[in-house]
Amino acid sequence: MKKVFSRPKSLKPAPFHYCPGCGHSILHRLIGEVIDEMNLQERIIGIPPAGCAVLAYNYFDIDMGEASHGRAAALATGLKRVLPDRIVFTYQGDGDIAAIGTAETIHAAARGEKVTTIFVNNGVYGMTGGQMAPTSILGQNTTTTPGGRKESRDGCPINLSEMLAVAKGSAYIERTAINSPANILKTKKAIAKAFQVQLKGLGFSLVEVLSPCPTNWKMTSVESWKWIEEVMMKSFPIGVIKDTTG
Amino acid sequence: MVFAPFPARKLLSRCTVSKVLMRGNHVVAEAAVRAGCRFYFGYPITPQNEIPEYMSERLSKIEGAAFVQAESEIASIHMVIGASMAGARAMTSSSGPGISLKQEGISFLAGLELPAVIVNMSRGGPGLGNIAPSQSDYFQATRGGGHGDYRNIVLGPNSGQELANLTFAAFDLADRYRTPVILLGDGMLGQMMEPVEFPPEVPVKKLPQKDWVLSGAKGRPSRFIRSLLLDVTEEEEHNWKLMRKYEKITKEEVQWETYATEDAKMVVVAFGTAARIAKGAIKRVREQGLRVGLLRPISLWPFPSRVTKELSKKVRFFLVFELNMGQMVEDVRLALEGAGEVHFYGRPGGVIPTPVEISRIISSQYYQKKLG
Amino acid sequence: MTTGFIEIDLEFCKDCKLCMSVCPHQLIETSDRLNKKGYYPAYFTDKDQKKEERKCTGCGLCAISCPEIAIEVYRV
Repeated sequence: MKKVFSRPKSLKPAPFHYCPGCGHSILHRLIGEVIDEMNLQERIIGIPPAGCAVLAYNYFDIDMGEASHGRAAALATGLKRVLPDRIVFTYQGDGDIAAIGTAETIHAAARGEKVTTIFVNNGVYGMTGGQMAPTSILGQNTTTTPGGRKESRDGCPINLSEMLAVAKGSAYIERTAINSPANILKTKKAIAKAFQVQLKGLGFSLVEVLSPCPTNWKMTSVESWKWIEEVMMKSFPIGVIKDTTG
Repeated sequence: MVFAPFPARKLLSRCTVSKVLMRGNHVVAEAAVRAGCRFYFGYPITPQNEIPEYMSERLSKIEGAAFVQAESEIASIHMVIGASMAGARAMTSSSGPGISLKQEGISFLAGLELPAVIVNMSRGGPGLGNIAPSQSDYFQATRGGGHGDYRNIVLGPNSGQELANLTFAAFDLADRYRTPVILLGDGMLGQMMEPVEFPPEVPVKKLPQKDWVLSGAKGRPSRFIRSLLLDVTEEEEHNWKLMRKYEKITKEEVQWETYATEDAKMVVVAFGTAARIAKGAIKRVREQGLRVGLLRPISLWPFPSRVTKELSKKVRFFLVFELNMGQMVEDVRLALEGAGEVHFYGRPGGVIPTPVEISRIISSQYYQKKLG
Repeated sequence: MTTGFIEIDLEFCKDCKLCMSVCPHQLIETSDRLNKKGYYPAYFTDKDQKKEERKCTGCGLCAISCPEIAIEVYRV
């Protein structure tokens, strides 16, 4: 028998500090696999978020530069303008992208910056203990929406990916999920395609990944996968939102 | 001298004479490009709009350079951070309200130990204020402005020529110490036109290589640039490291000018535009026999404390004149450590007193203190 | 005839139970021995079977689902 599945080379051997069942762990692995398969390790630069994945540089064996909360898209712009032949990607949570970082994300897309954004949507602010996120759905219980998110008090969730698709500079936007082996594999394909779009210089690419946060959702990992399928996907349908690559 | 009407940049390319008449904001931009800056990220705000406008055209003519009008002052400082991480000489500019927005980014630059140049053409404040020149951002520039223990190198030009020289110096200092440098001008410096001779151009390829940049881990181990240090001992050590850097800068990078202080009985302390006015006022009162001199700090941080203290051995009376409600005067008092008497005269809000007005203030102080 | 085999790193496993939920042949169960992190890690029961009675096909669904990259998969 031969080994058909092992740890990607572009990930350091360190065990993840993330919670059991956390989506970050799966996503880090998928990105590592894509970097390996596309041979990008020597020319890729990543920007971690302010969030649970702030220490992503402890896991990815690639050049990484820290951004303050929400500003990764601006850093990516600066980096890519200086080094246009490198692959620059941001890895951001829902608050980072769609709350404090909304302007930077929309404008990076509008300018058609040739960078890639991995948008980790788990509907909650994980690192700070489970507060409401811009993508928390109505009725969702969080530490700042006790009793459930109410439209009158807390507004409705934002579908940022659909908003970004309107910008002419965005070349490829897809929403996937990592709540089943099949969806995990689809997510990997989407990440690879997003990097391809950047390699070809076609414009801004983004993959939004519906990701489990069992700890702050107060569920088991298996239950969190079900919740993504049965509840989250109703507000955030998966599929290709924009693809201008023809 | 060549008279170069607006837009000066078109004429500059055909210019074979070394001295040009140029608007302050244009001087800063042109000096930055000649100092090797190829990346500018900014946002419009009066009275510095000419800087992004000039850069948008100048950088478009240079292969590999980039100008981005960002969506906000917050975005532009973070673009500078990204460009700096990649090893480039990068710059942003704004005025008071925009510099306020940049504070988190500037704190990050200090913590990440990244070089960058930030230009502030100050205006009246606080809040929206007005678009007239003032010096009310001295505290903001020299006291950190953002969160955490750090210092910005702050340079205070007072002429078109100094705008050029100190822009060059700003990039050198930023690279040498891996730290943000603020060029603290004001709306008047930015708008007025003076003759300028630019220092020799810096070829970008000859700039020293930086061995810490993010460029893709080719032929070397991967690296990361970050300011998050959860381990308190590590964070403490990092702060001490920054402190040692600031001590070195304080020892080696102080700049100042003195005028007519050798026999002075009273010294006016002023920086930037206020110092121009003060010099004019001092020339007037000297004609009437008053023995007044000028101490002009050029590096506002590190402040020329030693020089100030030295002066107090011969001079008892210091009159600090600023276009604000009293900011640099605190550094003067700190430097003197109780020696001498310090008085303050300030005009906030964008009011620019004339040398005649200030000469009257100086005379009145001089006679009140029975110095003549 | 078994075509696959997996190895679970018991110290990496955090007992999320996702691998168990996807294994088509139910070949992974929670073990009863704590690992150093304080979890009861997942255990590949197929390895205790005789070679002829093993069912693992090396489909790899468990490894794909494992957040900790604790599973290595072998296949003929």
